[in-house]
Amino acid sequence: MTPFTYMRASDAASAVLKGGAAGARYLGGGTNLVDLMRENIETPESLVDVTGLPGGIDELPGGGLLIGAAVRNTALAEHRAVRLRYPMLARAILAGASGQIRNMATVGGNILQRTRCSYFYDEAGSRCNKRHPGEGCDAVGGFNRNHAILGASSACVAVHPSDMCVALAALDAVVHMRGNGGERRLAFTALHRLPGELPDVDTMLQPGELITAVELPPMPFAARSTYRKVRDRSSYAFALVSVAAALDIEGGQVRDVRIALGGVAHKPWRAERAEALLRGGPLSATSFAAAAEAELASAQALSGNGFKIDLARRTLVAVLEDLSGEIA
Amino acid sequence: MTILVNGAALDAPHDARVSLLDFLRETCGLSGTKKGCDQGACGACTVLVDGERILSCLSLAVQYEGRSITTIEGLGQPGRLHPLQQAFVEHDGFQCGYCTPGQICSAVGMAAEIARGVPSHVTIDLGGEDILLSHEELRERMSGNLCRCGAYNGIVEAIAETYGAETMAEAAE
Repeated sequence: MTPFTYMRASDAASAVLKGGAAGARYLGGGTNLVDLMRENIETPESLVDVTGLPGGIDELPGGGLLIGAAVRNTALAEHRAVRLRYPMLARAILAGASGQIRNMATVGGNILQRTRCSYFYDEAGSRCNKRHPGEGCDAVGGFNRNHAILGASSACVAVHPSDMCVALAALDAVVHMRGNGGERRLAFTALHRLPGELPDVDTMLQPGELITAVELPPMPFAARSTYRKVRDRSSYAFALVSVAAALDIEGGQVRDVRIALGGVAHKPWRAERAEALLRGGPLSATSFAAAAEAELASAQALSGNGFKIDLARRTLVAVLEDLSGEIA
Repeated sequence: MTILVNGAALDAPHDARVSLLDFLRETCGLSGTKKGCDQGACGACTVLVDGERILSCLSLAVQYEGRSITTIEGLGQPGRLHPLQQAFVEHDGFQCGYCTPGQICSAVGMAAEIARGVPSHVTIDLGGEDILLSHEELRERMSGNLCRCGAYNGIVEAIAETYGAETMAEAAE
């Protein structure tokens, strides 16, 4: 690990002053960044510890929640308002990592964690456009069973590893950010990027910009929502495919719906096509299958991950069936 | 600022690169906490910070200034074992023993989470107030601690006896 200076920030304004310096990085729980530093994939000159920033889980007028970026993953998953009003979010967090890691990891850090593509991690032996732009991607022709089926490019086929973020994408979350230019807000679904020709850029954050909070808008029907994760072992593994969904049903019709997929793309994948087909339509196995088909219509298999296309379709249908059964 | 380790106040390292794990083992001489993978995959380095279980290998020691760390040495010592240490002995909860300190610290933290009502991936009712420590709950909650010897049955029995004997018996019926 290369040497760096360490400092703690007590509020967002002072954090941004320090974090705006060249070579500075914000530090949350450290569960990803410390590991990447040990592998010399991340080599910051200074770390600004933002785990002490104020901000809990606060009720917003109208029924939403404002979640401070330093809130730990366990604290968010165990919060009663999250468990009762946004169960897909509690379930997504609890499906990720281990008890120890969820105690350490912050909301902001979870959002900004980097891909677990093994070629990205192999600094010594592999080419990776995310590490060294322009050098090529060894995952495209390599062991790519875990890689993207949607929205990938020839430059990068990595997937975003977070479970929590899949639920945030489905829940219309809004990210609050602060930089030296002031504060701004962005739809969560617009925060992460597809790789295109710039796979080294994961998000739309400006240099030095800090995530300060995540806002969950009111969504009463999300009380009937869930998260299903398919993985190679039943616990403590990243998703092959995951689905976060909320279904609002009235009189055998889908009044409203939110769906996002995980493990399939460079960013949490909001399933807008499936939602559009389902909204206002009948609650039926046929319509669920048609929606899943439409969402995966643009999917492209790599040499080792073709199974994920069917897996994503079937998992999406199964989740919708579960949710409609629960409501019926 | 100092770090409290098993009740003793110690100066944090000057070099910010030192992990909490290396600080405990090399500076404090507390070699009970083990370095397994050193990348957050095995759980052997699990310690308690203010009662919560964390991975010391993915922690920088300087992050924990002002906090209270409990390692396996702080839970029990020969002659006055922690009840869970005693249960591991009685139930053959280990073979080589390398994962054991992490398993025990993790289980102590897990028991506090259960008592607090923290749900898990396998908890069916997210709205419930009380968590029943079933085999399924126990195994899910301990999935961050690997045992290459495969002593899991003994580990589960030891934890169940210490933290969930009655509920385990009910679940088995």
